[in-house]
Amino acid sequence: MSESALLVNHLAKTYVSPRGTVTALADVSFRVAAGEFVALVGPSGCGKSTLLRLLGGQLAPEQGAIEFPGWPRPPKRRLVFQEHSLFPWMTVLDNVAFGLEMEGVARQERRAQAMAQLTVMGLADFARHYPHELSGGMRQRAAIARAFVTQPDILLMDEPLRALDAQMRLVIQDELLSLWESTRPMVFYITHDIEEALLLADRVLVMSGQPGRIREEIPSPFGRPRDLTGRTHPEIEDLKWHIWTLLEQEVKRLLQVKSK
Amino acid sequence: MAAFALGWLALWELAARAGWISRLFFPPPTTILLTLGRMLVTGNLAPALALTLYRLALGVAIGAGSGALLGWLMGSSRSVRLALDPIVTALHPLPKLAIFPIFLVLLGIGEASKVALVALTAFFPMVINTLAGVQQIDTTHWEAAANYGARGRALLQRIILPGSLPLVLVGLRLAVNGALMVTIAVEMLSAREGLGALIWLAWQTLRTEELYAVLLVIGVLGLASNSLLELTSQRLLPWKGET
Ligand SMILES: Nc1ncnc2c1ncn2[C@@H]1O[C@H](COP(=O)(O)OP(=O)(O)OP(=O)(O)O)[C@@H](O)[C@H]1O
Ligand SMILES: [Mg+2]
Repeated sequence: MSESALLVNHLAKTYVSPRGTVTALADVSFRVAAGEFVALVGPSGCGKSTLLRLLGGQLAPEQGAIEFPGWPRPPKRRLVFQEHSLFPWMTVLDNVAFGLEMEGVARQERRAQAMAQLTVMGLADFARHYPHELSGGMRQRAAIARAFVTQPDILLMDEPLRALDAQMRLVIQDELLSLWESTRPMVFYITHDIEEALLLADRVLVMSGQPGRIREEIPSPFGRPRDLTGRTHPEIEDLKWHIWTLLEQEVKRLLQVKSK
Repeated sequence: MAAFALGWLALWELAARAGWISRLFFPPPTTILLTLGRMLVTGNLAPALALTLYRLALGVAIGAGSGALLGWLMGSSRSVRLALDPIVTALHPLPKLAIFPIFLVLLGIGEASKVALVALTAFFPMVINTLAGVQQIDTTHWEAAANYGARGRALLQRIILPGSLPLVLVGLRLAVNGALMVTIAVEMLSAREGLGALIWLAWQTLRTEELYAVLLVIGVLGLASNSLLELTSQRLLPWKGET
């Protein structure tokens, strides 16, 4: 791996609420190279979203540190959410231009950039529509456009394709990879889908839960640039099984914890 | 529906003319309509309507305007909400008409006390709905707004105002309806002019056909203001889709 652009050291996060305390993350450490695409898999509730929000600066860690030696000042980090994250009261164009608007880009300029991004993603015809007039897949592509058009240093994606059918996922996965190839931001990509993780990412971080930790780091066997049409590799089935077994142990352990 | 209403009116007409019901208390609909026409022509209705509309509009503008502002403020600031929520909750259920004597003492028997009471009536549904409108904005939208760099003025203009607008408009509708009711009631209690005063005068002189005529005007007023607000809502909320 080349030099680390992101260092995560002994990160811990506990949620305190009147209903009790939950240790969401305990002692999470890893490093990421510039332009690397990292996937995060783990059982539900293991702290993936928490980790993403810590990386995004939405949450403050209570222990440990996140350092960005790859950038002179804190890098621009932009989130892509599961679904329904577009602002329903703005047109698709205004949604995609929102990040630029908040950065103070002039109206003409930001509209032009947003329109260009929408054109790349085949959504130009829907620029003046409102989100409720779009299909789920189109909405997610617009949400991805909203993030990419701001040219983030780090893209944080929390199961962006979860609510979509297999066909649509394939299309968007492809689109996402080509967008990423053209600008090469660092990406964190949370998913439940092991195959998706191996197909998209350079490296898969497998998490365990309660409290959340990184259990294993698995490099993807695929090279770059990546063509998703073939989708086979002699190693992939073995890797999938390996991760599956890890997660299965985890899920069983969590179930036992719960039923005690 | 229309046929049903017409049939009912015809029955009323017949019953009143045949003397099955008291003509004094239930004058036939045609008489009411003729009376309405006469009042419009002789000219004591139009000024009354104008005055009532003026009191209503002024009261709603003051009350709903300040209510919306306070609602947005409470929605945006946790400390303001915590400080003011108990006060709003405690004062809201008080029957506004019962406060009228206090307003008379404070503001005198002129326009000020009447408009103030109308404003107070419009104020509460507006605060409550505006606050609810801000609070029902999805956590994902707050998070997205923050992540993409929205704060301060931009957050207010691009997220809080448009996101809360659907409920703000519901609040406005409740405010206008409540305010209309209270305007008429206040005029009945203490005004010499206005639709409420006309009703009271008609009642005291037992000119019930005039009473009904004024009621009809008030009904149309309510209908018109509600349709207008409904139309405004559809115009302002194209993102809500058809329902
Ligand atoms: N705001 C919060 N307050 C209290 N506890 C929380 C909060 N957010 C998350 N948690 C708890 O922290 C733990 C980790 O949550 P997190 O959302 O990070 O999991 P996740 O891995 O993203 O799960 P999923 O795959 O279901 O999205 C869970 O046990 C959850 O109940
Ligand atoms: Mg999650």
